[in-house]
Amino acid sequence: MSFVWTIAEQRDGRLKNVSFELLSRGRRLADTLGTSLASIVMGSGIEQSELERLIQQGADEVYYVNDRRLADFVCESYSNIMVFLLKQYHPHSVLAAATSLGRTLMPHVAVRAKAGLTADCTELDIEAETDNLLQTRPAIGGNIMATIKSPYHRPQMATVRPKSSRPLPADPTRIGKIIEVSVPEELFDSRVSVIGYRRDDESFVNIEEAEIVVAGGRGLRKGDNFKLLRDLAEGLGAAVGASRDAVDRGWIEYPRQIGLSGKTISPKLYVAAGISGSIQHLAGIKTAETIVSINNDPEAPIHRIADFGIVGDLFEIIPRLTKRLGRERKGSKTA
Amino acid sequence: MNIAIPIKQVPETSNVKMDPETGTMIRDGVGTVVNPLDLYAIEVGIRLKERFGGRITVLSMGPRMALSAIREALAMGCDDGILVSDRKFAGSDTWATSYTLAQAIRKAGNFDLVLCGERATDGDTGQVGPGIAAWMDLPLATYVSRIDEIDAKSLIVERLVEEGYQKLRLPIPALLTVVKEIAAPRLPTLGGKKRAKLAEIPTFTAENMQLDESCIGLNGSPTRVVKIQHPKVAREGVIVRAADDESIDAAIENLVEFLRGKKIL
Repeated sequence: MSFVWTIAEQRDGRLKNVSFELLSRGRRLADTLGTSLASIVMGSGIEQSELERLIQQGADEVYYVNDRRLADFVCESYSNIMVFLLKQYHPHSVLAAATSLGRTLMPHVAVRAKAGLTADCTELDIEAETDNLLQTRPAIGGNIMATIKSPYHRPQMATVRPKSSRPLPADPTRIGKIIEVSVPEELFDSRVSVIGYRRDDESFVNIEEAEIVVAGGRGLRKGDNFKLLRDLAEGLGAAVGASRDAVDRGWIEYPRQIGLSGKTISPKLYVAAGISGSIQHLAGIKTAETIVSINNDPEAPIHRIADFGIVGDLFEIIPRLTKRLGRERKGSKTA
Repeated sequence: MNIAIPIKQVPETSNVKMDPETGTMIRDGVGTVVNPLDLYAIEVGIRLKERFGGRITVLSMGPRMALSAIREALAMGCDDGILVSDRKFAGSDTWATSYTLAQAIRKAGNFDLVLCGERATDGDTGQVGPGIAAWMDLPLATYVSRIDEIDAKSLIVERLVEEGYQKLRLPIPALLTVVKEIAAPRLPTLGGKKRAKLAEIPTFTAENMQLDESCIGLNGSPTRVVKIQHPKVAREGVIVRAADDESIDAAIENLVEFLRGKKIL
């Protein structure tokens, strides 16, 4: 049989948004191949109604491995289960999100299954006649797009950049099967244990999952000035990011760093304030849908890749923009 | 505590210029460096050695040129270097690379920890670290931002994940891939550089590692590059100047209009 599989991600029994983004990718591939689309869920105590959302948003089948020990991601057990399922069902291809889970689990599984794996893809297609999965990804800091295939090995595996596709709208009339799979006890590896989670501040947001990101760089002059961006971000419902410069100066914490040694993001809107746009920074934002730059240097490279650039003083512009967007919001509420 | 650190030599990108016409990197005259993200692994390794004793072995898979990357790591404070090099390794993808490096680490000795950078800044896959863990059946923690506790038998680490930090306990031996937050890398010392220059660095080949030929190089690699395209980077967007009150207000109005047009507002 020749299914397309996606690996769904969950936390505390709730499916994450990337699980649905993958289904829209997978649906298109499965339709092109004329095959079915299955979503693999590993977790614990996930409600039936939650699993049904996968069917409503594109899956034909859901394979659910339900065990207390799978509540949190532990690479060894997840990998053992994936290898076990691959041997049983022989899917054509397996897609996972290019998240901390996907980018850990997939290479581990690919080695053991002797499967080709392409990281952080932004486009997926099927090669006519051969049915090979064509996997396109940005490489060398986003300066080239490489298309990769695995002609002689199955399954073909890919991690897909979060936010690079939109979930399908939920269709409550879609019909599919939810299959609870039991797996042999020895697949649970007890060497690594999860002790817990730590979040330093309440506002910890994952900039990779944000629809809008507002980021600051050296042009902010000091850490306190990130407040200007936080205010703007609040108005836009955005997450705050930063350039490497700002992080290295201790103005803001590393999880918010965007670029080659930080995170790669693909938001709907990216606003760069006081960021000149080094090649490393640009590597992290090239797949953003819309880029707005605010920088007083007309020659700053960031303006060249911006869809809308403002050459001017961010200290003048940002507060006024925040205020103006506040009016915009009020306007839309009364409208 | 004996530690193995696989490192990669990559093109130096910090001074790279972009060709404004094609939007591609100008790579002529670009030097090579140790993958910047590997430096964090090296720093953590050296700190652990300072605390617990033991030796650090760095391994680099690549052409002879990679010797300079190994010497740089030795100059920082690593003890032994191994060049993993053979023409048969040409064309290795991450599957074949992780096989080759896992076998090289096995041949190099018994290690308590294998430390890797999160990914290399050129290939940008982050797949080799987890791949080595799979080959060696070592417990794995990726994106490690902090080592909370460590003794001869186990360690507790924090890994940077989407929700914050996940705390894991792993037995030793284990493999960690680390992120920038874990430690600021030190600079090589003069004494270190002298020692590195004189160090003997053996070469591991397909033959002396007795590798399975079906698992190395292009033949052992499941993936094939079909084509490479140079995307146009410049977006030719609107650029407005906002120098005084009036032009700032106009710029903001234009931006709001633009975002409405994109259905972002």
